[in-house]
Amino acid sequence: MSMLLEVTGLHASYGDFRVLHGLDFSVEKGGISTLLGANGAGKTTTLRALCGMIKRSGTIRFDGNDISGKATEDIVRMGVAHVPEGRGTFTGLTTEENLQCGAMTRSSRAEIARDLEQAYHWFPRLRERRNQQAGTLSGGEQQMLAIARALMLRPRLMLLDEPSFGLAPLIVQEMFSILRKVNEEEQVSMLIVEQNAGVVLELADTAFVLETGDIVMSGTAAEIRDNETIRAAYLGY
Amino acid sequence: MELLAQQLITGIATGGIYACMALAVVMIYQAIHHLNFAQGEMAMFSTFIAWQMLAWGVPYWLVIPLTVVISFAGGVAIERLVIRPLGDAPVLSHIVVFIGLFAIINSLAGFIWDFTIKPFPSPFGEGSQFGGLISNHQVGMIAVTMTVLVILFLFFQYTRVGLAMRAAAENPASARLVGIRVGWMIALGWGMAAAIGAIAGILIAPIVFLEPNMMLSILLYGFAGAVLGGLTSPTGAVFGGFMVGIIENLAGTYIPVIGGELKLPIALFLIVTVLVFKPTGLFGRTVVQRV
Repeated sequence: MSMLLEVTGLHASYGDFRVLHGLDFSVEKGGISTLLGANGAGKTTTLRALCGMIKRSGTIRFDGNDISGKATEDIVRMGVAHVPEGRGTFTGLTTEENLQCGAMTRSSRAEIARDLEQAYHWFPRLRERRNQQAGTLSGGEQQMLAIARALMLRPRLMLLDEPSFGLAPLIVQEMFSILRKVNEEEQVSMLIVEQNAGVVLELADTAFVLETGDIVMSGTAAEIRDNETIRAAYLGY
Repeated sequence: MELLAQQLITGIATGGIYACMALAVVMIYQAIHHLNFAQGEMAMFSTFIAWQMLAWGVPYWLVIPLTVVISFAGGVAIERLVIRPLGDAPVLSHIVVFIGLFAIINSLAGFIWDFTIKPFPSPFGEGSQFGGLISNHQVGMIAVTMTVLVILFLFFQYTRVGLAMRAAAENPASARLVGIRVGWMIALGWGMAAAIGAIAGILIAPIVFLEPNMMLSILLYGFAGAVLGGLTSPTGAVFGGFMVGIIENLAGTYIPVIGGELKLPIALFLIVTVLVFKPTGLFGRTVVQRV
């Protein structure tokens, strides 16, 4: 199986403070990987480093091309959609304008219109709210909007930063089942950062456990899930 | 009654200019969160460029689009060369740069065209309408500013570039994550602000006459309009600009103490009053940060 994203020796720091100490991990084409870890382990930083939102070093190969020196906008244009921590909603724009923004780098109006319909098909709640200011949506709706906006890019890889954060368990279930469908039907690969290990390990095929800037464990999701010691030591469930 | 109507129309006509300046200020404020003190000088310089072309015999209908294009390019150039390198520098650095720009543009205009006051012909000719109630120039001012404002509204509301600019102003980090080139959106905003200023300058020059300091008070009224409407709201800024124009004229006419000489302090009075009682302006929104 070939890799869509291959990261080796990823370092990143905030000013003088080094946060990541040489991470190696990967996402298979069409696969779902997850980065697990407690608060402050460096999960969000990893995603930000991948997208060039902070200074980083190491090699980041996306579909064979090294993107470690590229600007955020250019990485996005290659088909990497980042659903950031806190959802990154354009609160002053309407729901539909937010979705239009997601397709900003694409040119075919007909395709964008079709994908807008598709987004409303995945998330029917958003259709009801299409002309509403996005800032007035509930937390769950804003998370749906963030994912739908990322899909409007027609991404090949989605980076999701704690999609379950602050959401009711039922909504989390619904969202993860949609993510699974998106992955299966549209072959979108995903790298999901989560604290909620139980849910994401059901969805992912590969898992990496992060602790204070180092990957301390990796394996198939099933291996990590079934290993009592890891669960107790790192995942706490 | 006729005096009131006349003063109202004059207020709306000059208010349109203030609205344009307020909008230019707000566009840049939205993008970089600083007030561009040099906005008026940029507009003044554009007006001199128009005057120079007229003096060379270029017909008026060609002068206006040419000036707008040149001003747009100038605005983009200033952003690229001067503002962008500043980056996230603190507010004082920005203020110093804006004052510097102000002084440079002002002296440059004086150096090239000297400081004598020059008459500036109206693109709409002399004469008046409705039995002298309103001059041709005022009709033109109202028509042009309204057209500019409507075009801008349509641009921001219904085009993809307009949407990208709004997104970039509202949340630059998220805008980058959907592939918007935020840096260029800011430059575009500067270009558009300069172009709007050029139109305002050309429209007001026949009234205040052309000289390097002509936009000083105009920009002050523009600031008052922007503050009154709310610095975070382009619609509010436009409304504020018109309100300031009307208030200025009516107060100058009907409040004997104020008269023609004390009109300018009205702008300052408005700024202070709004900032004390409603700092977000009439249409502005308070930015609440969720933690």
